[in-house]
Amino acid sequence: MTPLAALLLAPLAGMLLLAATGHRRLGAPLNILVSALTLWAAWALAVQVQREGAFLAGHGYFYIDAFNVWLLLLTAFVGLTTALFSWSYMQHERDHRQIGPTRMRLYHASYQAFVFAMLLAQSTDNLGILWVAMEAATLATVLLVSLYGTPESVEAAWKYFILCGVGIAQALFGSVLVFFAAERVIPNPEDALSWHLLYQHAGQLEPVVLTLAFVFALVGYGTKVGLVPLHNWLPDAHSQGPTPLSAVLSGLLLHVALYAVIRVKMLVDGSLQTPLAGHLLMGFGLVSFLVAALFLHRQKDIKRMYSYSSIEHMGLMTFAFGVGGPLATFAGLLHMTAHSLTKSALFASVGQAIRIAGTQAMAHIRGLIRTQPKVGWALLLGTAAIAGFPPFGVFTGEFLILMATMKTWPRLTGTLLVGLAVAFAGLFRNVQPMVYGAVPEGQHPIRVSVWPVYLHLALVLWLGLSIPPVLAQWFDQATRLISGGSLP
Amino acid sequence: MMRDWLLALAQALIFIALAPLLAGWVKWVKCHLQNRVAPPLWQPYRDLRKLMAKEVVIAEQASPIFRAVPYIVFSSTLMVAAVIPSAMINLPTSRVGDVIVLVGLLALGRFFLALAGMDIGTAFGGMGSSREVTVASLAEPAMLMAIFTLTMTAGSTNLSAAIDHILASGFVLRPSFAFALSGLVLVAIAETGRIPVDNPATHLELTMIHEAMILEYSGRHLGLIEWAAQIKLMIYGVLLANIFFPWGIATRHSAGWLLVGSLVIGLKLVLLGLCLPVAETVMAKMRLFRVPQYLSLAFLLSLLGMLSHIILEAG
Amino acid sequence: MLQTLSHFEQGIMVLASLVLLTSFLMLGQIRLLLLIKTFAWQGALLALTTALVAADSGQTHLYLSAALTFAIKALLIPWMLHRLIFRLGIPHQEEPLGRPSVVLLSGAALVLFSYSVSAPLIELSSHVTRNTIAISIGVVLVSMLLMVTRHTALAQVVGFMSIENGLFFSAVSATYGMPLVIELGVAFDVLVAAVLFGVFFFQIRESIDDLDVDRMTRLTEADE
Repeated sequence: MTPLAALLLAPLAGMLLLAATGHRRLGAPLNILVSALTLWAAWALAVQVQREGAFLAGHGYFYIDAFNVWLLLLTAFVGLTTALFSWSYMQHERDHRQIGPTRMRLYHASYQAFVFAMLLAQSTDNLGILWVAMEAATLATVLLVSLYGTPESVEAAWKYFILCGVGIAQALFGSVLVFFAAERVIPNPEDALSWHLLYQHAGQLEPVVLTLAFVFALVGYGTKVGLVPLHNWLPDAHSQGPTPLSAVLSGLLLHVALYAVIRVKMLVDGSLQTPLAGHLLMGFGLVSFLVAALFLHRQKDIKRMYSYSSIEHMGLMTFAFGVGGPLATFAGLLHMTAHSLTKSALFASVGQAIRIAGTQAMAHIRGLIRTQPKVGWALLLGTAAIAGFPPFGVFTGEFLILMATMKTWPRLTGTLLVGLAVAFAGLFRNVQPMVYGAVPEGQHPIRVSVWPVYLHLALVLWLGLSIPPVLAQWFDQATRLISGGSLP
Repeated sequence: MMRDWLLALAQALIFIALAPLLAGWVKWVKCHLQNRVAPPLWQPYRDLRKLMAKEVVIAEQASPIFRAVPYIVFSSTLMVAAVIPSAMINLPTSRVGDVIVLVGLLALGRFFLALAGMDIGTAFGGMGSSREVTVASLAEPAMLMAIFTLTMTAGSTNLSAAIDHILASGFVLRPSFAFALSGLVLVAIAETGRIPVDNPATHLELTMIHEAMILEYSGRHLGLIEWAAQIKLMIYGVLLANIFFPWGIATRHSAGWLLVGSLVIGLKLVLLGLCLPVAETVMAKMRLFRVPQYLSLAFLLSLLGMLSHIILEAG
Repeated sequence: MLQTLSHFEQGIMVLASLVLLTSFLMLGQIRLLLLIKTFAWQGALLALTTALVAADSGQTHLYLSAALTFAIKALLIPWMLHRLIFRLGIPHQEEPLGRPSVVLLSGAALVLFSYSVSAPLIELSSHVTRNTIAISIGVVLVSMLLMVTRHTALAQVVGFMSIENGLFFSAVSATYGMPLVIELGVAFDVLVAAVLFGVFFFQIRESIDDLDVDRMTRLTEADE
């Protein structure tokens, strides 16, 4: 079996298996085992690409290049660590919040279905299948958002379902338009949605149609990225679902949606030869970044706050990819990796903090560092990392984005800096009392394993200090692919 | 030239002479459908003759408008009947007025009728006028929209030229025509006061619209108004039949063509006179408050007709 | 011009305009049961249109799409919704519309908008069905309007599914359908979505005792 087949079949088989056995004792370990297998396959695939370069597989339906192989690896990795975290977390939820066996089965099966959809979306070469996978990712997670069955969670799930469903419908129309433009360039209609063929023929694609297609794709996938003003579902879905779900939504789904936008942008850039698509991305990205930074100050729910932080960072990445050019693209990719790792770790520690305090209201979460130092430190370090404190990878990403902005759009640098400061202040004014404040009575430490969180944070730190050469090479290749140039 | 004018005059005279017959035919079919004993076909003529011979009784408060209205209504309807092509096209009268003028003439008659309804100051008259104007204000946009759809296809607001154009382009399945036809049928039903909007055979105060307005009229005034209503029914019938199914209408004025044209329009009207009572029999009259909904459906259909003309047929 | 097409192709146009008509009828339909029926009719008309396009263009894979559409959009989903509405005990529920005439005219404006959006596509396309692209976008937008103007979850779901109808129609008219693999994938997604919606109706009713989604207002930024 090729690594690619293993990569896709492992979560698919896991889904079916867990749909039957997810409620048993071995459900959670099985979930971890499947995720580990997936990671192993992703690693093998990465090695293969490293050795042989980009390749097509599965009758041309799959295409692996430097850009997506690294994202696949990241997805599998975050998938595994979140599965590890969810073991103890879901055990606790089952005992304390009456999650019955049916819901446990649903949870585990949906988890694998979601991972499968993410991997499919990133590995496929076909824009149509990309759409199907993105929609499947919504469908797989929508019942998880309402897992607790509270009125709030049902409302959040309904919002998520309707907004993302309608949003992504626009992206389907965008795909139809791409197909329409491709038909007159690529002779065999079965291949007309194949991304790598489209990329080769991008210069011949009709610019007007592609512009229209990009607008629809941006609105469609942008809804899932959480771009303002299409972001309404995001804080609700993140705050009402179980915490491992928040971790994978923020750590994976948003990035994969952005990945889809970038793939379409690459086609449009080839066709238009103007920076229109980039400008659109910059506009949406900047607005999302600033609005989310401001909203950070108004939050009372810890998970809502961190989901606004996700919107902020997605806006920043979108902005970076919109600026284009090797430096900004490189920074965007780095930021994507760092954010994915940090945010999933952060949500894991947020989940532990919620368990300790027994509430999601930040006003009642106090003194974590005294009750359970390892959780408190994790939350503090994670927040420091996500806010862009120097040695961490997020800082490097943000710094490079600022550099790139200074070079091409000097006037926007000030706006970015102000936005970063506002976001920084918003996060710390809330986190500081949660970590250091006076310990409420009757608050006890809990049994948790925090090492996956620290592993993530260590990786982010590593990214910030020195990017490993293998990764740097990938980033360089991906940068060249996306921006058409390489770093000096 | 002279001959064409004479032909037009003859067509108009025959038109108004046969209008009561159509009304009689509709009533006859309806009675048979409902297992009732039908009055003879020429019953409307008898009614008209009786009314014409009767003395006119007029309320003391009546203004001159009240006396003038029957003549205004009848003559405006007569004008319309003279202009629309029923058995033949390319007549000199068709240049007198285009389709917008026709709609305007019908509106003129209705305006004065509504005025007359309020003139005496009785409760019923005012109620009938208010209802009639409500219906008209909703029906007219729908009708104009449908008519514009047709004229956009034909490139002319002249009915005769439009029919000529439709004949020349042969049988084309036009979505816009399907919508305009449905919209116009609904409008025609409302405008001629048939079920399900109004019931011509009732004087029930809760539901009547048209009859309430003319409650104060008697004698030859009433006769003229009734006759005008019968002509109006025939006008709508001819319009629907000749615009959407123009085949058979005489394009040249030779004897053979004229004979065929007259026979064909007669046949079309007989068929229409079959469909109308069937529809009236199977449908129940709707509540007055639902009439706006009904007319908004007519408007929607006409609107869709126009949209589909722009979208599907122009490019 | 329409006259230059064969009667067969003119029939496609007529059917396309009927699909748009069903969209508008749904927009104005306040009774849930009839709303579902109209939706089923839309699916059936869409399937028929697709079959005619298939016959006209010789694209045999479109027959399969037509059959799939008929089975899912005209039979299966309406049947599921129909059953749900009875199981929820609300078969005769009506949902008053705020300002019907404003809604109607907005719908018409949206169709005109879609006409202007699709103008560049129509210019480029050589397909017989190019003019129906605007109709299909119109169906999508009018369905969105339906979702915006309604408060019950069921009506919103019908609007959602109708958007899918419009998208499918746009693919048929712009490109004679998407490749089969993708159509199958989309149909699968739609089916799963329909099942999930069914689950949701019960969850919503359990949580707010109603299907009026306007009453779900716990999660907002405003009061925070």
